Amino acid sequence: MKIKAKVKGDAVAVKMLINHAMETGRRKDESGQLIPAHYINEVVAKYQGAVVFSAHMGTAVSKDPYLSFAFKGGVSGESISVTWVDSHGETETKEAIIK
Amino acid sequence: MTISEKIPKLLKLTGESENTMNTNVINRRYFLSKFSQGAACLAAIASFPGLALAEWNKLAFGAEALDQAIAERYPDLAIEDSDAITLKVPAIAENGAVVPVSVKTDMADVKSISLFVEKNPTPLSATFYLTPVNVADVSIRLRMGETSNLIALVEAGGKLHRVQQEVKVTIGGCGG
Repeated sequence: MKIKAKVKGDAVAVKMLINHAMETGRRKDESGQLIPAHYINEVVAKYQGAVVFSAHMGTAVSKDPYLSFAFKGGVSGESISVTWVDSHGETETKEAIIK
Repeated sequence: MTISEKIPKLLKLTGESENTMNTNVINRRYFLSKFSQGAACLAAIASFPGLALAEWNKLAFGAEALDQAIAERYPDLAIEDSDAITLKVPAIAENGAVVPVSVKTDMADVKSISLFVEKNPTPLSATFYLTPVNVADVSIRLRMGETSNLIALVEAGGKLHRVQQEVKVTIGGCGG
């Protein structure tokens, strides 16, 4: 997962790119077998312990999801953390410093 | 088959007589083991503080018709068209697998923004939950199976504000 957070005017713009196959459960492999659904369904961003954004996603989100949002009150040099959870319970958390 | 029906069969398989064992004890142990598994599960959920603001809505994400998806996502909220929302989507998407979508509004008190692709197998694509510190300016990339309306609903002031636009999907990326 890559996170970029940057102060823009009076808000912090946050962009993230997550590596994930986002399998819909409708795609077939080479032998014609359905590949089971496996996709991120929740993304949460926190700044100084408080949730500043969250999203719920379904199978229509593209492979390697890209998301962006903005929030007020963030300060350059502080860090923001992003956590995602997928339909198999796998999860990843990463932090980035606000520029 | 219930567990109390299974026990006599299991006992026969292991060669033991039903009468020599107290099936009540087994039932109680079975119950206790199931109960403790459930308790462990709850503890695991509780140890994720603040991760889930709202529960992932299985019925809304699983709904196969647009009206049904909206009703499951936002029961009891009136919808009205709005020109105070900017929905940015390509008029023609050469690659339906990656359609950039962004939604922006200056409306106050935005609680959530949901995106729907009318002709996708399950129209609800994503919901963004905003907090009072958020600026209502979000973007994402979505999959679109075919040419369809893309609908954004912005929840603010106890109402749903709607904006929609058609996106033409050219399969194969030939640009036609």
